[in-house]
Amino acid sequence: MKTLQDCLKDRILIIDGAMGTMIQRHKLEEKDYRGERFKDWHTDVKGNNDLLSITQPQIIEAIHKQYLEAGADIIETNTFSSTFIAQADYDMQSLAYEMNVASATCARHAADEYTAGNPDKPRFVAGAIGPLNKTLSLSPDVNNPGYRAVTFDEVATAYTEQIKGLVEGGVDIILIETIFDTLNAKAAIYATKNYFRAAGIPELPIMISGTITDASGRTLSGQTLEAFYVSVMHANPISIGLNCALGASEMRPHIEELSQIAGCFTSAYPNAGLPNAFGEYDEQPHETAHIIEEWAKEGFVNIVGGCCGTTPDHIKHIADEVSKFKPRELPVVEIELVD
Amino acid sequence: MTVIKPYLRLSGLEPLIVRPETNFINVGERTNVTGSKMFARLIREGQYEAALAVARQQVENGAQVIDVNMDDALLDGVQAMTTFLNLVQSEPDIAKIPIMIDSSKFEIIEAGIKCVQGKCIVNSISMKEGEAKFIEQAFICKSYGASVIVMAFDEVGQADTKTRKVEICKRAYKILTEQVGYAPQDIIFDPNIFAIATGIEEHNNYAVDFIEATREIKQAMPLTKVSGGVSNVSFSFRGNEHVREAIHSVFLFHAIKAGMDMGIVNAGQLVVYDEIEPALRALCEDVILNRNNDNNETTEKMIAFAETVKAKGKEIIKDESWRKQAVEKRLSHALVNGITDYIDADTEEARQKYPQPLDVIEGPLMDGMNIVGDLFGSGKMFLPQVVKSARVMKKAVAVLTPYIEQEKEDRKNAHIAAGTVNEETAGAAKILLATVKGDVHDIGKNIVGVVLGCNGYDIIDLGVMVSTDKILETAVKEKVDIIGLSGLITPSLDEMVHVAHEMKRRGITLPLMIGGATTSRMHTAVKIAPQYDEGVVHVLDASRSVTVAGSLLSKEQKPAFLQNIKAEYDQLIVDFGNKKSTKQYLRFEEAQKNVIAIDWENYKPVAPTFTGTKVLDNYPLAEIAEYIDWQPFFIAWEMHGKFPAILTDPVIGIEATRLYNDAKKLLQQIIDEKWLTAKGVAGFWPANKVDHDTIDVDNQSEVIKLQFLRQQIKKTAGQPNLSLADFIAPAEQSYQDHIGAFSVTIQGIEKHIKKFEAALDDYNKIILQALADRLAEAFAELLHKKTRTQYWGYVSEEQLTNEQLIKEEYLGIRPAPGYPACPDHTEKYKLFELLGGEEATGIHLTESLAMYPAASVCGWYFANPQSKYFGVGKIEKDQLDDYARRKGMNIDEATRWLRPILE
Repeated sequence: MKTLQDCLKDRILIIDGAMGTMIQRHKLEEKDYRGERFKDWHTDVKGNNDLLSITQPQIIEAIHKQYLEAGADIIETNTFSSTFIAQADYDMQSLAYEMNVASATCARHAADEYTAGNPDKPRFVAGAIGPLNKTLSLSPDVNNPGYRAVTFDEVATAYTEQIKGLVEGGVDIILIETIFDTLNAKAAIYATKNYFRAAGIPELPIMISGTITDASGRTLSGQTLEAFYVSVMHANPISIGLNCALGASEMRPHIEELSQIAGCFTSAYPNAGLPNAFGEYDEQPHETAHIIEEWAKEGFVNIVGGCCGTTPDHIKHIADEVSKFKPRELPVVEIELVD
Repeated sequence: MTVIKPYLRLSGLEPLIVRPETNFINVGERTNVTGSKMFARLIREGQYEAALAVARQQVENGAQVIDVNMDDALLDGVQAMTTFLNLVQSEPDIAKIPIMIDSSKFEIIEAGIKCVQGKCIVNSISMKEGEAKFIEQAFICKSYGASVIVMAFDEVGQADTKTRKVEICKRAYKILTEQVGYAPQDIIFDPNIFAIATGIEEHNNYAVDFIEATREIKQAMPLTKVSGGVSNVSFSFRGNEHVREAIHSVFLFHAIKAGMDMGIVNAGQLVVYDEIEPALRALCEDVILNRNNDNNETTEKMIAFAETVKAKGKEIIKDESWRKQAVEKRLSHALVNGITDYIDADTEEARQKYPQPLDVIEGPLMDGMNIVGDLFGSGKMFLPQVVKSARVMKKAVAVLTPYIEQEKEDRKNAHIAAGTVNEETAGAAKILLATVKGDVHDIGKNIVGVVLGCNGYDIIDLGVMVSTDKILETAVKEKVDIIGLSGLITPSLDEMVHVAHEMKRRGITLPLMIGGATTSRMHTAVKIAPQYDEGVVHVLDASRSVTVAGSLLSKEQKPAFLQNIKAEYDQLIVDFGNKKSTKQYLRFEEAQKNVIAIDWENYKPVAPTFTGTKVLDNYPLAEIAEYIDWQPFFIAWEMHGKFPAILTDPVIGIEATRLYNDAKKLLQQIIDEKWLTAKGVAGFWPANKVDHDTIDVDNQSEVIKLQFLRQQIKKTAGQPNLSLADFIAPAEQSYQDHIGAFSVTIQGIEKHIKKFEAALDDYNKIILQALADRLAEAFAELLHKKTRTQYWGYVSEEQLTNEQLIKEEYLGIRPAPGYPACPDHTEKYKLFELLGGEEATGIHLTESLAMYPAASVCGWYFANPQSKYFGVGKIEKDQLDDYARRKGMNIDEATRWLRPILE
């Protein structure tokens, strides 16, 4: 069986699109989120999408299959908020680990089914690690800039628990994504490295994907793209990339820059354009695919896909468009000074 | 095809890529509490806004990285580092550049990295505590994604020669790249920049050693970087910025050519090499490259030149031109600089100039002392300098005293003649100082006296072993304003409680200051303050005593000050109560069962070469002096830091070196002129453990039972509850085990103390006292070594450096009764009895079991290889009861002696 590394050398890989957008289509109600097990839970849980991996696993697995059917090589687990820190919103801190195992299991089932169907196109499960609703570099209190709502150690502990759940649930990749505060990402990297070292098992490949929030070209925590890359290089990631916040056309200059400086593979999975006045994404699949096609032609990318607002249809179009181009070639990383 | 080069990459909000063509990188040094007094003060006072401004200024002046250091004994370093770096993150104009997290404490480094999103530099890690620690710390740094500075420091010490520097760096490189997986470009070496032109010949080549080591390191490991703290090189010219800047510039000129990539500098204060005046530049060249420097020739020239250069913006001018100034200025200069050469003549001149002799004291002399007080208060002068100033002051006052007395007499006679009432105005505030009953230690108290004296207070020093009665009677009779109590041994704590209690009973209303090595804020709050309502304040050190006394004597400040102290102490009492309940203790029988595992069956004890005692009379001081541990000597002077690093410390190094030289000089005189006599006794006896915590010692005709205390706190699984008794073989073994004991003392100090007192020379008096203490400790160390290798001989061969001795890396231990492993002082009676009583060495035990002379040390010898130092910690009532029973003491008495370890 080909490894992720082999596949990345062969062709541009496709990562799936939005999970939330697809869940919305099911028009789920409070009782659906709760399921039988949490029918008496003391807070509202509607909107806790990660919970669905426990209460409605068939829905999540079905969404994964739609993306696999559309051509995704990599699917992301439904675990964007599966940490005890983020789950505090629903008072479900104690379920974080279980959510990760359940979500990883859903994705694993779906991926294995498709790999079995066509062993020449192996499918990979990326354990998605989100940015948290609390950040380490920014104070939530404007009058007290030195204040932090959370500590590095708390964040690292939360991520460690998440990573344990994901790994035990069977993921192939650790994907640290939608990074708007690099220090949170560094805590996730720290947690990943220490988890594997302590557990004594070989490290899984790490994908890192940051978020440039606006036209300033910086992360929310103020770093330029290169500063961000330098700050996370020590993860020795298999890929570095960008996702979320921007549509493909706004993301282009940044992915171009990244392709010049990155020593590893690159990834990009933009939103379906910028949201309209109603907060909806209305860039059509062929429009998104058209922009990304140009990136592939220029040799900027190794992994592409979609983020908010994208659908299996977007993924199918993207997959079709980029299939005719060769992946970006890895740069030569020198290990001694030559003139 | 794209190529990624192996460059050092760092980041703040913006990247910093160090390419071959990148110029020298300036690392801003001012955000460092050890290097910048101002920054230290801002952090201590919590003025973080202003501290951020210091950082911002560095960036504006061209720093490309800022070095942040919070290593200050008075600071919670972890907290200060966290707070400051979190704030820096919210200032984009500072946060844009990478941070260098600088600490000698790894926990502070780790706390710092956890606050910074960019890729930082850790400054520093080294192999000084061995490879294992180094590897572990390197792994941690790597998991946070930081580049590391590796200091050229190994198990042997800090590298000073080129060969050692290169050798250590190569070894560290191999470990980091092969075992830890560090990329070579992420490794930065700091091959140690040391001060040159110190007057010590071995230091002359330090700059050359650094430059040449840099060259070789960069040749052998071209991807690595070399950094260093540049201002160290010139710090023997501290206060003379003009010369220092020139030295830095010339040093960097050569070091950068050799491959130095970055350095910690005062960004914006580097002069351009070419703009240095030619004469100075030529001297700098010679002194840095150590040319024409036989017999310190170049060094001398440089020093001479430096003295002709007026330090810009500094009040201290290193030449004799001050002699041309008005007499007031001269007095002030003499006081600030501690110069006694002209003080008699200048004082006399001032006396003739002023209407009354008292005006000289209250005018120019006090003005001078106020400057000293201010400089000391703001950290610009250090204790040894202050004591020298005090000597000048005392000499000046001595010149004036006969005239003042004469005037008093004249006025009295005039009043008598005129039939009027004599109303002498009240003078300065009076502070009474005393070391409490039973305690003989007074170095710290003497220093407090000098410092307070310097600040214009009238000191009444009652000396040592002063009874409560005498303290309180004197206080009333002399109408003092404050009472200050000092003590070093644990029973003194109780004595202080007693004094406070008596003050209340007698209706005294004076504030009480508490100080000394065993005292603490906690003890003062919990035990002393509740006894007395008129104000009890714990004073941490001599420098604090001034502000505390000031607050207590100011009518305006006193109520608020005492109220704050009270609130603080009340909180401590609450904290203490809370803490108490959280600790878990074993029942005593359980603790007694959890003994250390020693395989007595297969133990082969070595019998001592003799039993009974051996007296060493008049032991050669020169030999003892080789064993001196200098670090506590500096601590006695409130100069904290590791020896010998303290001698080159950027802040206190110059003064520390001066003090060290003065102490060495006096030590030599003590040895040559046989001022002091060293006496010691060591003894060994058959001994067996006969009960859980009891040892029988066979002293020929009689058996002496030694009673020990056992740790009772609940330990983690597998950790024993230690008692010294466990280190002696149980009686049922077929072989015979032994125990040893010793006492040493340094005699003959009194005469010389008196001599210094008569000469008004507190400086040398305190040095002498501190040296006597050091000699006693050194003698104990020497005797222990003789015991290990010769008298008892349980170690056949031992090659330990003095440093290893200080770190207690030897086999077997020598714990002293009254100290953590055996906290009951009363066992000292048995120790002295075994050693032949007070006659053997002439050490006398006070009622609090302090030893007189104060420069004395005693202890037990345990030879078992598993024996080790520990603290008994707190014990519970059940152990107290058992102990009292074993000792045949009533509970009250046992409680009194063991109070410090009772909850």
